[in-house]
Amino acid sequence: MEIIVNGKKIQLPGPISVGPLLALEQVRMPEMVSVELNGRILRREEFDRTILGTGDQVEFLYFMGGGA
Amino acid sequence: MSLTEQQILRYSRQLILEQVGGRGQQRLLSGKVLIIGAGGLGSPAALYLAAAGIGTIGIADCDNVDITNLQRQVIHHAEDLGRPKVESAAARIRAINPDVRVRTYGFRVCAANVMELVRDYDFVIDGTDNFAAKFLINDACVLANRPFSHAGILRFEGQLMTILPGRSACYRCVFRQPPPAGAVPNCAQAGVLGPVAGVIGCLQAIEAIKFLLGIEGLLTDVILTYNALPVEFRKIPVHQMADCPVCGKDPVITAPMDSDQPICDMEGSK
Repeated sequence: MEIIVNGKKIQLPGPISVGPLLALEQVRMPEMVSVELNGRILRREEFDRTILGTGDQVEFLYFMGGGA
Repeated sequence: MSLTEQQILRYSRQLILEQVGGRGQQRLLSGKVLIIGAGGLGSPAALYLAAAGIGTIGIADCDNVDITNLQRQVIHHAEDLGRPKVESAAARIRAINPDVRVRTYGFRVCAANVMELVRDYDFVIDGTDNFAAKFLINDACVLANRPFSHAGILRFEGQLMTILPGRSACYRCVFRQPPPAGAVPNCAQAGVLGPVAGVIGCLQAIEAIKFLLGIEGLLTDVILTYNALPVEFRKIPVHQMADCPVCGKDPVITAPMDSDQPICDMEGSK
């Protein structure tokens, strides 16, 4: 199955929830990102129960605290 | 008040733009922009806003110029080492454009003073380097109904969004609360390429100018991300959240609050 993560297509062997996808995409801690699924920001407690399907669009929005 | 001959010459390259013109230039000259953080983002923003003829520029920063700043904080020069950043930034702004009134705030922006500070301005630029300050500025601008530009940078990447309080998604709609301390590195730990701060700081200046001119198409309800390595700009749509703790229907944040993370992180600014 194919989903789109940060604008890029990725192939997955089957349905997967957001939690394991973070690990797969090498996000070390879930607290490092906000996750948007098909335009909606997910709450952190939804990560493990939200199963992704073919064509889903996922955005990892990374915290970026720099500026000085 | 009409433009002087010197002003007509000085601003001629933007006066001929249909979206600016004489009336637009008057708007810029009567506009007030507050820049919080005279660092990597604040430097280019302040320089370009000064050159464009923004009438009042406020600069808030509690640090002194350090040698590690000079790689990217282009408003400060080698001769400014040890000088308060607000002083060296103000000197440079005045040197560029005597039309600009500069107001300096050489103290720590915190819950006790942020509301009063932002209320005095038409538009706020967040050029700070830590999450405590970024959330504080978001909350204060939302509560005081002041439009602002949020931005962050790290390594070869940056991101920004413009917030029109009550009308577009705020920083908390996307990033509900600061990440736990240590989860996300800062520029002192992970590094940042100077011109990346320049790109994002310039985009913030453009947002401020567009807002003052009343030009459509601000970076609202979208996060613009920039990655310098594959050279990629992406616009990610975001939305106002009904359950946002500060701009939602039933807000739990009704006053700005200080977090336990330092606002003016001396280490972080290096």
